[in-house]
Amino acid sequence: MKDTAAPSPEAIRVDELHKSFGAHHVLKGVSLRACEGDVVAIIGGSGSGKSTMLRCINFLETPSSGRISIGGEDVAMRPDGSPLNRKQIERLRQSLGMVFQSFNLWTHRTVLENLIEVPVHVLKTPKDEAIARARKLLARVGLAEKEGAYPAFMSGGQQQRAAIARALCMEPRAMLFDEPTSALDPELVGEVLQVIRGLADEGRTMVLVTHEMKFAREVASHVIYLHNGLIEEQGPPDQLFGAPKSERLKQFLKSVA
Amino acid sequence: MQGFWAPRRIVMAAIAAGIVVWCVLALNWTWLADPKYQGLILQGIWTTIWILVVTMVLGMLLAIPLGLAQAAGPWWLAMPAAGFCGLIRGTPLLLQLWLLYYGLGSLFPSIPWIRQSDLWPILRQAWPYAVLALSLSVAGYEGEVMRGAFKGVPHGQLEAAKAMGMPRFTIFRRIWLPQALRRVLPTLGGETVLQMKATPLVATITVIDIYAVSSRIRQDTFVVYEPLLLLAVVYMAIAGVIVLLFRWLENRVPQKTA
Ligand SMILES: Nc1ncnc2c1ncn2[C@@H]1O[C@H](COP(=O)(O)OP(=O)(O)O)[C@@H](O)[C@H]1O
Ligand SMILES: [Mg+2]
Repeated sequence: MKDTAAPSPEAIRVDELHKSFGAHHVLKGVSLRACEGDVVAIIGGSGSGKSTMLRCINFLETPSSGRISIGGEDVAMRPDGSPLNRKQIERLRQSLGMVFQSFNLWTHRTVLENLIEVPVHVLKTPKDEAIARARKLLARVGLAEKEGAYPAFMSGGQQQRAAIARALCMEPRAMLFDEPTSALDPELVGEVLQVIRGLADEGRTMVLVTHEMKFAREVASHVIYLHNGLIEEQGPPDQLFGAPKSERLKQFLKSVA
Repeated sequence: MQGFWAPRRIVMAAIAAGIVVWCVLALNWTWLADPKYQGLILQGIWTTIWILVVTMVLGMLLAIPLGLAQAAGPWWLAMPAAGFCGLIRGTPLLLQLWLLYYGLGSLFPSIPWIRQSDLWPILRQAWPYAVLALSLSVAGYEGEVMRGAFKGVPHGQLEAAKAMGMPRFTIFRRIWLPQALRRVLPTLGGETVLQMKATPLVATITVIDIYAVSSRIRQDTFVVYEPLLLLAVVYMAIAGVIVLLFRWLENRVPQKTA
């Protein structure tokens, strides 16, 4: 998709998104566009609104105003931003695989059960088909041996790779990552980044919040620098990391280097 | 094996065996040979067991909405639920049992449509009031426990389910409830044993459980002590089964002890 001249279809689009928690205005009009195959990285200081922006995309947070569309389909919202149609939200969420900082695997289920839970019990995929797909994905993230293990008995890196496989197992249109390596011991970061890089290489659409600047520069097709709920600067990674324009971004890059 | 056959253990086992032999030989067990009492004893044990099982199941079925209402419900559900749990936990079970039996039990006959209903032959017996009171008691205690259990399930796991587009009820049924139940399992075993020990109260409203049977035997035969020993053995055996059952259940889903 990336190499063709024709523009790829739009996977995720966010327009003029605002979000307040009570009186706290967290997002002050941010927009984002990810076409099929794009890898959009969101960087920025802690508290700048990165997670909130990502969570608004699948309505884990209710936007205060703005417009969101997934795969060209507008999310029906009330004037106050709250979703109008629960069924639509649920259906759109099924097309967005979210990976959290804290893995959030279901601890009462084995790894394999975690993977097939939504395909079998929500999407009504035949069980043997879901299991076959899950095994393939587990092999891919290097956890073929672990399908019967309970999450609590695995390392953080293994849990996060299983969480990525779980999201992939519902065959989403796009993946959303919220600092997938921030909760990991340094020696476990590499194995997770390697899996994410593999997804980028195969042309998966992703929106990735990350503190791994080197990684963002390598895999992203577009980078957004968020500061205080506004997009301070955005562009191709080489431009943003190589020749930052704004003073704040220069400061930020210096501080995380 | 060395440890198992330690002298201390051998002495203990010898003492225990001695007590058993003495009990069998020196005490009066002739009444146990009476087929009438054998039948009564079996019926009594059966009554105790079914009352225990039915009230635990009904109580837990009530405890789930009671806990959920307190953990996540709006105030107009949470408040009455908390009030109910407080009321049940704050008053003696014997009082609740008598209030229901003598209260409802004397109210119902005065209402014509209840007397004429098909349920009347059941409602005029004692056991429905025993089952109701003991179930409400479980509901009150376990409702409180379930509240904590629901709250204790990490929010991130529910959020992950939500983020994957699980409908709300599916999240409850597949993720939230099973984990809450898993959390109460270790306490629930102990509470089931406590509930077993509360069942003799039903004898006070004429339900013939194993306790009532042993009282009856004591009155009939003037054998004072031995029926009580039998009672102790029966309750200990049931408690043993409960403990083993819950241990087995707990082992089915390993939980990391952090
Ligand atoms: N549920 C919430 N309620 C109130 N304030 C929140 C909530 N979630 C986030 N915030 C606030 O919004 C701001 C942005 O948070 P977040 O999006 O998590 O930042 P980031 O991910 O960039 O570190 C922070 O000041 C945070 O305190
Ligand atoms: Mg964050």
